[in-house]
Amino acid sequence: MSAPAGAFLMNLLDAAAPAAAAAGAATSAAVSAVETSLGKPTASSIGFFFVIVVLTLIITWWAARRTRSAKEYYAAGRSVSGFQNGLALAGDYMSAASFLGIAGLVATKGYDGMIYATGWLVGWPALMFLVAEPLRNLGKYTFADVVAFRLQQTPVRIAAAIGGILTVLVYTTAQMVGAGNLIRLMFGISFEVAVVAVGVVMLMYVLFGGMIATTWVQIIKAVLLLLGVTVLTMMVLAQFHFNPGELYGAVAAKYGQSALEPGGLVSNPLDAISLGLALMFGVLGLPHILMRFYTVPDAKQARKSVLVATGFIGYFYIIIPIVGFGAAALLPGLSEGGLGRELITSFDKGGNMAAPLLAEHLGGTAFLGFIAAVAFATILAVVAGLTLAGASSLSHDIYVSVIKKGEATEAQQVAVARTATIVFGSIAVLLGMVFKQQNVAFMVGLAFAVACSANFPSLLLSIVWKRFTTAGAVSSILTGAVLALTLIIIGPTVWVDVLKHEQAIFPLKNPAIVSMTAAFLVGIVVSLMAPERRAEELFEDEKLRTYLGVGAE
Amino acid sequence: MPKNAKAILQSPAFLALVRKKWLVSITLTIALFVVYYGYILLIAYDKKALAQKVGEYTTLGIPLGVGVIVLAWLLTAGYVVWANGSHDAEVKRLRDQVQP
Repeated sequence: MSAPAGAFLMNLLDAAAPAAAAAGAATSAAVSAVETSLGKPTASSIGFFFVIVVLTLIITWWAARRTRSAKEYYAAGRSVSGFQNGLALAGDYMSAASFLGIAGLVATKGYDGMIYATGWLVGWPALMFLVAEPLRNLGKYTFADVVAFRLQQTPVRIAAAIGGILTVLVYTTAQMVGAGNLIRLMFGISFEVAVVAVGVVMLMYVLFGGMIATTWVQIIKAVLLLLGVTVLTMMVLAQFHFNPGELYGAVAAKYGQSALEPGGLVSNPLDAISLGLALMFGVLGLPHILMRFYTVPDAKQARKSVLVATGFIGYFYIIIPIVGFGAAALLPGLSEGGLGRELITSFDKGGNMAAPLLAEHLGGTAFLGFIAAVAFATILAVVAGLTLAGASSLSHDIYVSVIKKGEATEAQQVAVARTATIVFGSIAVLLGMVFKQQNVAFMVGLAFAVACSANFPSLLLSIVWKRFTTAGAVSSILTGAVLALTLIIIGPTVWVDVLKHEQAIFPLKNPAIVSMTAAFLVGIVVSLMAPERRAEELFEDEKLRTYLGVGAE
Repeated sequence: MPKNAKAILQSPAFLALVRKKWLVSITLTIALFVVYYGYILLIAYDKKALAQKVGEYTTLGIPLGVGVIVLAWLLTAGYVVWANGSHDAEVKRLRDQVQP
């Protein structure tokens, strides 16, 4: 997900995990006896990097000429096919950090890294079963369209925008901080330069090419990432006669059989259940993911998108552990006869450099350059999607729906969307710099907790429950957002790890089990207290659109 | 609003369609819960079960972890097969009855 996801999640889940596993804890590579060009800009990394940037900017130029209306800017004219959208969704979701973070976690911690990999996938089937089709049929550009469909526009739009923008901002900050650190480690350039570079290139895509350019950047990134990881996996397996059993044997020979067994990760079942809820239902509340469903022509293509995305993301998380185990088994140590894990953690305590080091070990400097450039493209694509989602919430939900009461011309809408993009992109760069030193674990956990607590309950209730009211929606969103935020701050991740208190006030690292449940309960109770007749009447009409697609945009 | 909206909304065929859709969705969501939380709780309460070997070195946990991902995808695929088949046919039949 976001930056060194593995290490961060370790923090979220396991009280015993080293809190120091945050990004950027790189120690000098000078102690290494192993020659590596990691952390130095090489001809191949710069070459691949320029090819990717030039290619994506050409696409942006092409897309810019087709981006005139608001529908084209926000939703790529609803002309993206189910398969393309599936790849783009995968590109939106698979971050450089989940690639580097999970590979690193498997390399340094063994089997426990695999447990994370499964968690990141399970939200996708739930997205399909519960919201994908109604979302596509009811909405226009943002998920707030669905929540506000039959309720009073102004209060619901404002509340939904708060939940949506909060999620996107936190998620973007985590991505930016992670991106800055990863690029610094890989190319050896400073954190600030890296963050500004990501911000500028990403703004070019979104500002000029809107959703059409963003979609193609995400598709290219998904293909490159899947290709890169597949090649790396094949290189690993080739060393073991394409027999994974031999690979596991080599890991066990170096690190003992325990590397292939579950360790201390799931030590608190309640915390694991709570994290599972956040991962599963958080995906159903991530605005940049939900927004992608408006780019396809109908519910059937929305369905196909999820199947394709789930397939690619699942494949990605199945092969990533092989890269991690391969790095542990094949990389040399810091000294003669040393272990690969020493080399990996000498670059970064979180283990994020396991995959790049393995790429160089097996494929030379040129292949390392390719993997580094792919990681960079990956960051760009994710941040572009997030920026577009944040901008659409500012411009479509707040400016057009609340301030202009839905009365804005196409030209005005696009102009406002572009302004909002610049505003949001600048904020993203700024937040990346401000939170440079922050433990990103807290931000990733927060993004998923807010998504599943603030955005998901109101979205689901508005789709399925006739008696859901304006007051119910607003109170549910605010309860979820405030509770998720508060419980994370007084929980172990911030209260103990960041603020250095002895003991956490709230015992769980992930608050979803409490904050999401509370958001549902508050939404239901408040709705029952004061019925809203107009919303109930409109619910019946809404059903033709929800289930049959009659009148869908 | 279509003229015959009310008639369609109250027709047994439409009500059955909506009921069936949620029955399928909720059943599959429960199956997803069982698969994922079954795996997580097994790790929480019986680490030894996952540590037992199924190959020379391979532990049961490895195929199980992969299995969770594969099963999650198969559930998704199952939904698509159902939706593209009988569900879509019924949606189309009902939508064709809507008079603008």
